[in-house]
Amino acid sequence: MSVSIPAPRSQRIDPKYKRGPKSHGSFEKLAWLFMRLSGVVLIVLIFGHLFTNLMVGEGISGIGFGFVAGKWASPLWQFWDLALLWLAMLHGANGVRTVINDYAEKHATRAWLKGILYVATIFIIVLGSLVIFTFDPCVTGSQLQQCL
Amino acid sequence: MSKTSSGTLYRGHEGMWSWVGHRVTGVAIFLYLLVHVLDTAMVRVDANAYNAIISTYQTPWMAFGEVGLVAAILFHAFNGLRLILVDFWKQGTKYQRQMLWGVLILWVIVFAAFAIRHLSIALGGH
Repeated sequence: MSVSIPAPRSQRIDPKYKRGPKSHGSFEKLAWLFMRLSGVVLIVLIFGHLFTNLMVGEGISGIGFGFVAGKWASPLWQFWDLALLWLAMLHGANGVRTVINDYAEKHATRAWLKGILYVATIFIIVLGSLVIFTFDPCVTGSQLQQCL
Repeated sequence: MSKTSSGTLYRGHEGMWSWVGHRVTGVAIFLYLLVHVLDTAMVRVDANAYNAIISTYQTPWMAFGEVGLVAAILFHAFNGLRLILVDFWKQGTKYQRQMLWGVLILWVIVFAAFAIRHLSIALGGH
């Protein structure tokens, strides 16, 4: 009582399996390339971040509002942290997008999870960028000498 | 491993496990990153509130969490370089297994250096 599946009779390929510039463009290829390029840059940015924050001086014991204000007084560290924020968020979001595509089998589940991912990613990137660009060393509670 | 999977170059071997490790560490790092941007955002609200949040990172238990986070970052970083070599270097696929051992050796060395320095600061009673 086995089901017999007839062999394919035509050489026709269903249009949805056809590869070409019309289907998905080059987005996936660009995303693949971005992961590799941003990955190399992120190694430099994150290793620098961890080294200056945790390995030198007092390490984690020295971190506080004054430490952040001292770092962001320099345009180099402002740029460093901004680049780190954008690249890490985009690299991470694309990685999680791939994971969702792999494991969420229902179309609606996939769409929802990716929707939440994109909203969270945009929110964090905008929030983090605003914090860096509008940083105020004399914010409420600041004990820095220049603010007293 | 079932017998049906024998004969494959991938399943159950170094390639598969490094892929699993890359995914797990990647997702973990991303989740931490979301929290990390939120806690740093407190510098824009109140200096004391930021210091209070950072002080929770300065406890001995969190020191072990930070060591775990850096362990994940170091593996993801070194294995990521291996992935790039597998993709772009002509001999990459041939030496992917040896490169994984290189990744693990490098990981042990850099991780040990980090853990010794970080834990001696965090647990040293500054």
